[in-house]
Amino acid sequence: MATKTTGKLIAKLSAGAVVMFLFAMFVMPPLYDVFCEVTGLGGKTGDRYVATDATIDESRTIRVQFVATNNGEMPWDFGPTVHEVRVHPGEPTPVTFFARNPTDMDMVAQAVPSVSPANAARHFLKTECFCFNQQPLAAGAETEMPVVFIVDRDLPRAVNTITLSYTLFDITAHSENVASLSN
Amino acid sequence: MAHGPAKGIGRWLFTTNHKDIGSMYLWFSFSMFIVGGFFAMLIRAELFSPGLQMMRPEFFNQLTTMHGLVMIFGAIMPAFVGLANWMIPLQIGAPDMALPRMNNLSFWILPVAFVILMSTMFMEGGGPNFGWTFYPPLSTTYAPDSVNYFIFALHIMGASSIMGAINIIATVLNMRAPGMTMMKMPMFVWTWLITAFLLVAVMPVLAGAVTMVLMDVNFGTSFFDAAGGGDPILFQHVFWFFGHPEVYIIILPAFGVISAIIPTFSRKPLFGYSSMVYATAAIAFLSFIVWAHHMFTVGMPLTGELYFMYATMLIAVPTGVKVFNWVATMFRGAITFETPMLFAIAFIILFTIGGFTGVMVAMAPADIQYHDTYFVIAHFHYVMVAGAVFSGTGAVYYWLPKWCGRMYDETMGKLQFWLAFIGFNITFFPQHFLGLAGMPRRYADYSLQFADWNMVSSIGSFIYGAAQILLLYNVIATIVAGKRVTEPKTWEGAEGLEWTVPTPAPYHTFSTPPEVK
Amino acid sequence: MLAKAELLFVRVLAPLLLLPLSAASFAEEGGMWREVLNMTPGVTEVSRTIYDLHMAIFWICVVIGVVVFGIMFYSMIAHRKSSGREAANFHESTAVEIAWTVIPALILIVMAVPATKALIHLYDTSEAEMDIKVTGYQWKWQYEYLGEDVQFMSELATPESEIYNNEAKGEFYLANVNNPLVIPVDTKVRFLITSKDVIHAWWMTDFGIKKDAVPGFINETWARVEETGVYRGYCAELCGQGHAFMPIVVQVVEKDEYQTWLQEKKSEAAAIRELTQKTFELDELMTQGEGVYNRSCAACHQANGEGIPPTFPSIKGSDVALGDVNHHLDIVVNGVEGTAMQAFGAQLNEVELAAVITYQRNAWGNDTGDAVQPIDVYNFKHGQ
Repeated sequence: MATKTTGKLIAKLSAGAVVMFLFAMFVMPPLYDVFCEVTGLGGKTGDRYVATDATIDESRTIRVQFVATNNGEMPWDFGPTVHEVRVHPGEPTPVTFFARNPTDMDMVAQAVPSVSPANAARHFLKTECFCFNQQPLAAGAETEMPVVFIVDRDLPRAVNTITLSYTLFDITAHSENVASLSN
Repeated sequence: MAHGPAKGIGRWLFTTNHKDIGSMYLWFSFSMFIVGGFFAMLIRAELFSPGLQMMRPEFFNQLTTMHGLVMIFGAIMPAFVGLANWMIPLQIGAPDMALPRMNNLSFWILPVAFVILMSTMFMEGGGPNFGWTFYPPLSTTYAPDSVNYFIFALHIMGASSIMGAINIIATVLNMRAPGMTMMKMPMFVWTWLITAFLLVAVMPVLAGAVTMVLMDVNFGTSFFDAAGGGDPILFQHVFWFFGHPEVYIIILPAFGVISAIIPTFSRKPLFGYSSMVYATAAIAFLSFIVWAHHMFTVGMPLTGELYFMYATMLIAVPTGVKVFNWVATMFRGAITFETPMLFAIAFIILFTIGGFTGVMVAMAPADIQYHDTYFVIAHFHYVMVAGAVFSGTGAVYYWLPKWCGRMYDETMGKLQFWLAFIGFNITFFPQHFLGLAGMPRRYADYSLQFADWNMVSSIGSFIYGAAQILLLYNVIATIVAGKRVTEPKTWEGAEGLEWTVPTPAPYHTFSTPPEVK
Repeated sequence: MLAKAELLFVRVLAPLLLLPLSAASFAEEGGMWREVLNMTPGVTEVSRTIYDLHMAIFWICVVIGVVVFGIMFYSMIAHRKSSGREAANFHESTAVEIAWTVIPALILIVMAVPATKALIHLYDTSEAEMDIKVTGYQWKWQYEYLGEDVQFMSELATPESEIYNNEAKGEFYLANVNNPLVIPVDTKVRFLITSKDVIHAWWMTDFGIKKDAVPGFINETWARVEETGVYRGYCAELCGQGHAFMPIVVQVVEKDEYQTWLQEKKSEAAAIRELTQKTFELDELMTQGEGVYNRSCAACHQANGEGIPPTFPSIKGSDVALGDVNHHLDIVVNGVEGTAMQAFGAQLNEVELAAVITYQRNAWGNDTGDAVQPIDVYNFKHGQ
């Protein structure tokens, strides 16, 4: 008597577990998206940012420095056109980075930003950035890529220098954008 | 109904008997201890003098990685699981573990896992060479092909630990003899119960970390790759969330053993039993919230770093409470110094020294200078070797008569102890100096100012290695030709249900539960 | 308040007790250029703060150890069974448990105060006077003086023959580099640290700095060095086979000396551009090429050019070294994706690249007779 019932029970429980996990797999990604939007974790710029009036805090000047690193064997020439700017909090500031693909192959890059010091990162807002998209560049081509940022007015008073660093990764192998270059 | 054990190899392959399984865990862990020790001998031989004498640095990195993996997952953890298997049913008056067939499975997948792990050293590209902590991207983008087998082996070991932990919890909660309330359980059982909860909580986290590495290596994900929006530091957080409770998983059962040995040879009950239970639980709880003290130089925000410093310093309090209670147990007792007691006393001294260096590395600003240096290596070898291994060795001498009905030779035991004690200290004490002087970890070669202490340390390691061969000799000599003992209470001051059954313990014990007052 | 008193106590007691020890342990000859028993107090305020904290907690631990072990040793002697005594039976005391919970907790709280102050100070990178970007590579460091257009690689200068015990080891074995970092004394320098491959860590023990170099992320730390001199540090995070072979050397000089050096470095870039136009003789290229090869290539491809196949191919007798020059240039300048062969185009200048490729094509019996000129390299880089 015991074996048959137990066997059926085990089969049911196992099937149920499989269904649960499958459901979880499908439900997790959208749930995570909602979580990130609500909390702002992971730097997602959803509709968390409410437009405020563009008052510029002229009493503070913040030095914003730019550095660039090529990751791995990334052969592009890549760097900021200016090494640093001085801005007022609240002031939208455009800067550019140059990139040149010296190889004889079309390539695609991904720039990944990093901000230092840690307590400034939340107050450094990029409204436009070449790091938002993959960057294709044909063989031998060069380009200038824009970044527009605002240093938030509630940047802690102790911070006067912010460093924005981009690391450039070669994602040609992982990208479908390469094809778009040969037109 | 009682019949003896089966005959032949089948006995060992199919046994569900906790004593058999305990013995297999112990022999397996000892052989892994020898293998891990052999790796250590090679490491110390290379580090005997500056320059590369014996091997390329790439192979050295494989040795340090495998030494860590084998010692932690192959030697020390299975050793204490072996002690748990043997002693928990005996100490609570149960006939066996709650889930005897799963017990068998938990053991037998371990040799499989280690064959897989060892075989990676013979694969093209060599075995894992990224440290037992396998930080990406070194363990993902830059890993040798064997990384997948390393991950597979780790998964199997994790499954073994989780199943063993479930077994222990089920046994301790359900199968205690009538009259044995939780607060009457021996400390070894308490520490293992708490350890089992830690295992169930954190081994899945390791599985998660290792699976994410597998995904990044093989399936194009970017959990730990900034190129795809991931973060190598995420790995460190996930890994150490496992890794810190892991070290308490290693040490808590060792504490339990000390709490058994000290009262026996002091002929005095354990001082502060309830405090000891609460302190163990406090340590276990705190172990979950301190993980980032392994990451003080990673670039954490100030608030985070301060918090982890405070939380880590806190763990010193319940740990200190335990040490004080052991000393108070000895105080005004009537102490004798048989081999198990020697190991237990050495544990108290040397583990406490390791605890002191632990408080030192907890101070985040000072850790800037200690992190990733030989100072940390000295710290964790003091707590893991002079701590857990000495405790395990003491346990073997202590319970061996009960297991096999023969007494070890006391002179040989004491000799082995002193050889181990002296060898250990000569090996690891100078490593504090090396770390403070500026020698980083995982270095295959070093600058000349580090030469003298490295040579001393290497000499010590050969002495310590010899001491383990002597341990093996002592154990085998005892089993084969030791003086027979039949007294159930083998040690004059011993208390506990295991000392009420015949010596050697029969294949089946407590088929009827005992009365516990 | 308590913390200050404690530290004062420590500053008086520690030197007295450590004096005999330090005298014995401080070795200045025979390659021992630092004391090897204790941490160095270093040459910055930060390093000294860390040292003081270290000594304070050390002495507290010593005192606690002496007390606890003292009681235990006393007990081992006075309470041994062989003296004929009977064991007591006491086994609990709530008062005592509370006492030895609260007192250690108080000691820890006291220690936390100076530790917190020290950490806050360590984190304060504000108002730096100059910024240097440090990038970890497998297995060397790249330094970039931000805003000055000066950047260079800093690689291990210890020859392979010393590592493989074919030559006696120099005093600064594994602690010497070809291009040290140069910074001015008494200047707050901010370091921005990252990596281009795996995680490394930049550790200058004399400055009290250690920070991980994480690929894709930027970390910052700072130092104000109070004494001129040459200071040596190490990579402090396992990063592959060359982990022990990428030391750090920082030369701290007077401020005017620094300015002179900086100008020299800037004109070096101009000088390299000039040299790129020059035509070198084969033997000049070979001599320089051998130096570059031993520094930058030999770790993997070995001094004898035979490599460690299959991971590090042989150059001696190889199709690459004996075949098309452009293909050889491509491999050296652009690296080989998916392998350990790095792109040296950004790490070596045109003269060095020309020299090392020439060397590879003519050494070990390769004898192609090819003399690759810097202008060839320049043209290759720009005409790809």
